[in-house]
Amino acid sequence: MSALTLKLKHSLSQRLDMSPFTPAHLAGKKVGEIASIPLWLGNRRVDAAELFAIDGKVTDQIVIQSESDRLDGIGAGMTSGKIMIEGKAGAYLGCGMRDGTIQVSGNVGVAAGCAMQGGHLEIAGNAGDFLGGAITGERQGMRGGIIILKGDAGDRAGDLMRRGTILIGGNCGDYCVSRMVAGTMVVLGQCGEQAGMAMRRGTLILTRPPVSMPATFNDNGRHHLNFLTLLIQSFKDQPPFSNLAERGNQVHRWLGDLSCGGQGEILICY
Amino acid sequence: MIINGTEIEDTFAEAFGMSATRVIITAINHRWALIAGETMTGFATSVIGCGVEADIEAEIAPDKTPDGRPGVSVLLFGMSGKALAKQLETRVGQCVLTCPTTALFAGIDGEKRIPLGKNLRFFGDGHQISKQIDGTRYWRIPVMDGEFLCEESVARIPAVGGGNFLVLAETQQQALSACERAIEAMRKLPNVIMPFPGGIVRSGSKVGSKYKALMASTNDAYCPTLRGLVDTRLGPDIGSVMEIVINGLSDADVKFATRTGISAVCELGAAAGIRRISAGNYGGKLGQYHFHLREVMA
Repeated sequence: MSALTLKLKHSLSQRLDMSPFTPAHLAGKKVGEIASIPLWLGNRRVDAAELFAIDGKVTDQIVIQSESDRLDGIGAGMTSGKIMIEGKAGAYLGCGMRDGTIQVSGNVGVAAGCAMQGGHLEIAGNAGDFLGGAITGERQGMRGGIIILKGDAGDRAGDLMRRGTILIGGNCGDYCVSRMVAGTMVVLGQCGEQAGMAMRRGTLILTRPPVSMPATFNDNGRHHLNFLTLLIQSFKDQPPFSNLAERGNQVHRWLGDLSCGGQGEILICY
Repeated sequence: MIINGTEIEDTFAEAFGMSATRVIITAINHRWALIAGETMTGFATSVIGCGVEADIEAEIAPDKTPDGRPGVSVLLFGMSGKALAKQLETRVGQCVLTCPTTALFAGIDGEKRIPLGKNLRFFGDGHQISKQIDGTRYWRIPVMDGEFLCEESVARIPAVGGGNFLVLAETQQQALSACERAIEAMRKLPNVIMPFPGGIVRSGSKVGSKYKALMASTNDAYCPTLRGLVDTRLGPDIGSVMEIVINGLSDADVKFATRTGISAVCELGAAAGIRRISAGNYGGKLGQYHFHLREVMA
């Protein structure tokens, strides 16, 4: 077995802070040292070995096997390498990550990719609220990198997003890209209520109209937008998002939120 | 050295280090991409009077352009990075931004960057939109026909300008036909441009003048109408001389283009009135690149 593998031994009664387990933090450590890394479980500190069966050797890849949704902060602040999660992840997945890759086969909790600055976050299941959002109290959410979500997202996806790209293959909850500052989000499924509320700039690309959008959005009409060709080309290795190319680059464009400058756009590709 | 009856003179072309860049203009069809390219490279024959030397390098098929539309690539050469940047910005702003349906992209990679859309974006008056795609920043500038899409910056690289050769023929028509043939062959090559009208110069210059205000004047040694009056380089059999000036992204590109051009001329040979191939130089003291014709054609 090449990659370091952490297998959760039993279900957790409290939430567990997994942020110490990043490839950069573990680099150069022996398996024995990793086993004794203290982790916060609720308000207690326990050794990693009490919770995980640790196997493999230390490389720039980590495999986490868990069916618990209480493993929080996986890959937080990550700067390199790859974390593969076979199962579920808790809240704050990839929070503030700068580079590297995180892949999750299952669902993830709230605030995945929040304050993310770079790297690649790929989720095969669903995500909770505030995907790519901001750390509570901060003024900027995601500001770089790409999040690819194959399933559905909760409410407030892309809240306060500043830069980067979020691709959502399923549906999206209410207040999608609320307070967005800049960046790009694509939703292939249905978008909920009040999409784009208080967005200042940035682009939300949809394949169908949202359930509702604020009254402070104006109809800008139909347009051929050349940049969409380049944008969609950049998804060429990311099905089903690459299928957007079949829709051409003519979109129906809405501009808003006029209560916040109105430089944001919702593009509906028919 | 004689090729097909045409003498290759034992001399060299003297070329200079320049700063160059390549941009790609796309449009709704090739016609409008060409119009933008031709407009942008108009009045760009010589850095002496135009600030930059530029020409369309090639047409580009839609499947080879960044946005999948027909395009042209344009090469621009300046005497310094600063001069190049200034000319690029002015020409893009006046000739590409204004041209219907166009978009503009960087056509060359490198560390040293000069602005493309970086400053042009202000034309959007605050309504411009930045988009970062695959690590490259683009600007979407609202214009009356839709949006002008422009890459943030383009690289500039060291290059070579001023490679040349002279075609000495019995008549003006023979010199022109030979040069046209050379240009047709050379325009198929990548990384080079021949910036003068139609790729051909009929007013080659020498350094200096009897008039103090002028830094260059007619190359009297090659003017057939001055034969017998000045220290001429033309024998009685030469009735007309034309020059082809070559700028390239490297000395190898200029050398290959020189060889291609001279070969095309020599295919016509003495039977078509082409007597001699020569080259312009300044005694080898000014330019850092010397292209010896006989070495090039060896």
